[in-house]
Amino acid sequence: MSGPRTSVVIVDDHALFRAGVRSELEELVDVRADAATVEEAVAAILGEKPDVVLLDVHMPGGGGVEVIRKVAGERPAQRFLGLSVSDAAEDVIALIRAGARGYVTKSISGAELAEAIERVREGDAVFSPRLAGFVLDAFHGEIPEAEVDPELDQLTMREREVLRLIARGYLYKEIGLELSISPKTVEAHVSAVLRKLQLSNRHELGRWAVERRLVD
Amino acid sequence: MRDRLKPDRVSFASGAAVAALGALVLLDSAEVLDVSLWVMAVILAAFGVALLWGGRSRAAAPAAPAPRRLPDTVEAQPSAQRPRFADLYRGVFGVLLVLGAALLFLSSNNVLSGVRDAALTTVVVVVAIGLILAPFLWRLGRSLAAERAERIRSQERSELAAHLHDSVLQTLTLMQKRAGDPREVAALARRQERELRDWLAADGGHAGADTFAAALGSSAEAVEDDHRVVIEVVTVGDCELDAPADAVLGAAREALTNAAKHAAEPGPIRVYAEVQPRSIEVFVRDRGPGFDLTAVPADRRGVRESIVGRMERAGGRAEVRAISGGGTEVALRIARTASTREDGPR
Repeated sequence: MSGPRTSVVIVDDHALFRAGVRSELEELVDVRADAATVEEAVAAILGEKPDVVLLDVHMPGGGGVEVIRKVAGERPAQRFLGLSVSDAAEDVIALIRAGARGYVTKSISGAELAEAIERVREGDAVFSPRLAGFVLDAFHGEIPEAEVDPELDQLTMREREVLRLIARGYLYKEIGLELSISPKTVEAHVSAVLRKLQLSNRHELGRWAVERRLVD
Repeated sequence: MRDRLKPDRVSFASGAAVAALGALVLLDSAEVLDVSLWVMAVILAAFGVALLWGGRSRAAAPAAPAPRRLPDTVEAQPSAQRPRFADLYRGVFGVLLVLGAALLFLSSNNVLSGVRDAALTTVVVVVAIGLILAPFLWRLGRSLAAERAERIRSQERSELAAHLHDSVLQTLTLMQKRAGDPREVAALARRQERELRDWLAADGGHAGADTFAAALGSSAEAVEDDHRVVIEVVTVGDCELDAPADAVLGAAREALTNAAKHAAEPGPIRVYAEVQPRSIEVFVRDRGPGFDLTAVPADRRGVRESIVGRMERAGGRAEVRAISGGGTEVALRIARTASTREDGPR
């Protein structure tokens, strides 16, 4: 990447994990600060004005969702990338709906994480295979015709295809080759899905979350 | 049914007592009838005794026949509770009625005037003692509740400690011993992570491996353990473990084992399964050096037999292909039988 390195703030309540991510990313991006609580995070983000915030889903005092909410007033365009071991679909979806531009699991390698951060900085969405699965699950099944807002409540065939390939572990480049489209187009599809996920009030999302909570 | 009548009988009896007395008092004051106080006392006492006897007889024969006639369990739970309250209510009311009758009778004979002072004294003393003891009793109750909560908390804490000791600490010790073998350490960490997750999830009532998604998850775990690899499973939708699901599951397990044997070191093996109304699809992707099925040496024909053959016999399809970015993907597809479709009406 040319120009100044991407600035990052790491928010996670586990010191060990923050130190690990920091050392992995140190060479690749400019880690400005890390924070362990919601208050610390808000102060660090407003103070450092980083390009991207790496945000844990689960934290005492409201978690990542609360951080996004508190920052939104002053920095509505702040970019967040969810980073967590959390497997609870409803928590991840909540973070995305609060405004995070992506979600990756903590098992991601340093290089991949740096790449994801770069993409989020550029305004793209970052979907891990797991998030793609959650989203497909959320938009799974039929809903009554009358309740569908075609703009927001349904994924197009192409978007589904892209999500499926992400879930299968394909990189954007590979998805482009597979579907004979450019990686930029793949990104556009993923961003469109992100928008739908954030704006749709498809009741399926709610119902599905409730079902998950009961089952899991 | 009798249960439901009990409270009604109480209110009926007391209502009747009050009504009868009221009528008598009214008639008396209107000087239509000259009712002496002891008649009223006798009526009161009679109702009180009736209530007490009624209560005792029913308490002696507890609601045994009652549940038989109740529609279902919704009714059964409260009915177990209700007779006790009804009995208590009836008992207290009966005692009050009889006591009232006794006082009425005594006062009608002017025996009470002497007793009144003593009674007043007693009442005042009792109230005073009550006022003195109330805060103490209240505090005692509070501290008992607090103590109980504390006991539950510490019990939970020791359960947690025991679990952590048996699992996490043991694993950490093992990992220190095997520190020289990164693959082994990773496998140990992975297994521990899974166990801990299962344990945490068990609070919400973990579903057993009786659905397709759960079975696929445990197959992946078994392969992880056997081959010291990391497998990430993503599933969308779920269904019963019927024949087609079972066939896909077997083939997926073969594909996973195969990927685990031949995949290159970096990156997890990815499994994506999607259960749709009409079909089940499973994709197993590894990032190892790709291999062409037609170029596979004869001794690795196991892939063809166990994956492709198995799927074809079950009426499905299997496809093994190299991905241009590197690695291999096995795609399994099978149609679901109409009768077992989850999304349709059953």
